[in-house]
Formats: sequence, structure tokens, C-alpha cells
Amino acid sequence: MIGLLGRKVGMTQFFDERGEAIPVTIIEAGPCTVTELRSTQRDGYTAVQLGFGTNKESRFTRPALGQFKKRNLPPLRHLREFRVESIEGLAVGQSLDVSIFEKGRHVDIQGVTKGRGFAGVVKRYGFSAGHASHGPTAGKQPGSIGASAYPSRVVKGKRLPGHMGNVNLTIKNLEVVAIDPEQNMLMVRGAVPGPTNGLVVVKKREG
Amino acid sequence: MGLMEKIEAAQLRSDRPELRPGDTVEVAVRVIEGDKERQQKFRGEVINVRGAGVRKTFTVRKISDGIGVERTFPLHSPVVGEIKVLKHSKVRRAKLFYLREKTGKAARLTEKKTVVRERAPKE
Repeated sequence: MIGLLGRKVGMTQFFDERGEAIPVTIIEAGPCTVTELRSTQRDGYTAVQLGFGTNKESRFTRPALGQFKKRNLPPLRHLREFRVESIEGLAVGQSLDVSIFEKGRHVDIQGVTKGRGFAGVVKRYGFSAGHASHGPTAGKQPGSIGASAYPSRVVKGKRLPGHMGNVNLTIKNLEVVAIDPEQNMLMVRGAVPGPTNGLVVVKKREG
Repeated sequence: MGLMEKIEAAQLRSDRPELRPGDTVEVAVRVIEGDKERQQKFRGEVINVRGAGVRKTFTVRKISDGIGVERTFPLHSPVVGEIKVLKHSKVRRAKLFYLREKTGKAARLTEKKTVVRERAPKE
């Protein structure tokens, strides 16, 4: 389904109609420009490519600039394709804003999580930590990783320290709490992956 | 002003008094019962004020039928109606949690006779 690209502004709280304070994430979503259409005849599938954000011209490669020039568009920093059922009613150069979403409906939001580097097992998998004092085995060590003679190896998939974060993550079914097309503001309930000012992809949910 | 500040500023209510610990207040709370809405008064002493901006909250403690009751309200919540400050008291700390351990005479606060504090004019 179609969506928008946006920038995560941050989290705050919002009083809903019932007067309850709910945790929300503010996203500056769009306006996005349609930069390319994919059709079954030419590409074998239907999709729409959207562009968002600006950047200095010197940050683009010449081939990229050429692509924008060909379509009479300003150079856009981020480009993403969205698979759609039909590209009818969409044209290159068209602008899409936050009014494609509806208050009360749900969206999926994709972003790149904050990188945590090489993380231990307590941070990465939520293992309980041991004693901070009293003897040698303690702290944030993973503990035993298996038996001895049998199976004489570590089982596959054993959760161990390693790289954490900096991965693409989609949070599904986030409720749209408010939209404001004038300010390109989208407010969703709950948290969204990535740092403040990070790029997020907001997708409309079917049905 | 950033988008976030705008959203937070839009939720702030200008009709809120500046509360201090030790103030005796009467808070009108909107209660929804079925499809009817009414106001309930909660009267007691402010024992805690924390946070800033939209996230500012205050705790009111009262003794109801001999049982201590505390309620924490978000200052800018639409559920909170009028807040009446009835009395200011002389207190020497920011959090009056010690009142929980006290009963009867020991739990009294002395009233501040002269109100030094003026509400800052808000535009």
C-alpha cells in the first residue's frame, strides 16, 4: 500500500478525547513527490517511487541529478518505492501529503533502529544479570552456553553477544492519533524505530 | 518553534494556578458515568509537584474518613477542571511525603499569613 516518507521529530504525550495522556511519536511526514511510476507493461510490477527531503546539489551524483532534471524535479534526498495495486490517478511530479492518512486508522512504520554496537546478552536479549558482587561469576556474563560431552557443541541459534541495532525494523499497527496537513504532522501512538531526525517510512494498512 | 514545541504548547492551559507544595487546593475533576458527565471536588494539600510543560503533575493528599487518599493529576489534563487554591502553608521542603507517616495534629501545616507570591501575568 502507498505511504509516505518522513522524519521522526520525537516523542511526547497527548491528551485524547477522553482526557487520557497517551504516549505519541511526532513524525514530519511528506510532502513527498512522485518521482517515478512502475507499470506492469514496462517493469513487470506496479509501484510508485516517492522522493522526500532536500540536500545540497553537490551531494548528489551526476547521474542522479540527471534523473531529476529529466523529470523537471528538484533533487530529492530520499527515494523509496511503494508497491501499489494500481498506478491510476498518479503522475510523476505529483505531490502527496499527510492527508492520505486518516485519524483513527492504523499505519505501519519502518525505520532503522539505533545502533548499539557489540552488545552483551543482558542488553541484547534481556537476560537477567547476576550479582554485582560476591565472587567470580557475576555481572553481565551469559553463563553456561550448553552441556559438555553431549552434544559437545553449542546449539545453533544460541543467543550470545553480538551486534545489536542498526537494522531495518517495521512496527505494525500504530494508531494515527492526529494529522495536520498544514504542518505535515503525523502523530501516532507508541514508539517508532530510529533516532530523532531519522528517516521513517509510513505505510498505510489495507482494510 | 519546532513542531514538537508547538504541539506541546497547544496543550498547555493558561487557567492553571502556580501550585506549590503545602497549598490547600480544591480540584474539580470531570467524571464520566455512563453517558453523563459531572464534576467531583477533591480537596486536600499539595504534597508533590513534578515535571515541566505538558508533563507537569501534582499530587493532592487528603484524609477521607480517617484514610489517607492521594491523587496525582496532570496539571494540563482536560479531565481537571478548575483548581482553586484555598490556602498557602509554610513548608520547608519540596516534597511533603513525610505527612504520610503523620496523623492528626502532627499532620497539620501552618498557614502562611502573607501571600508573597503573585501570579505572573500571562498573556
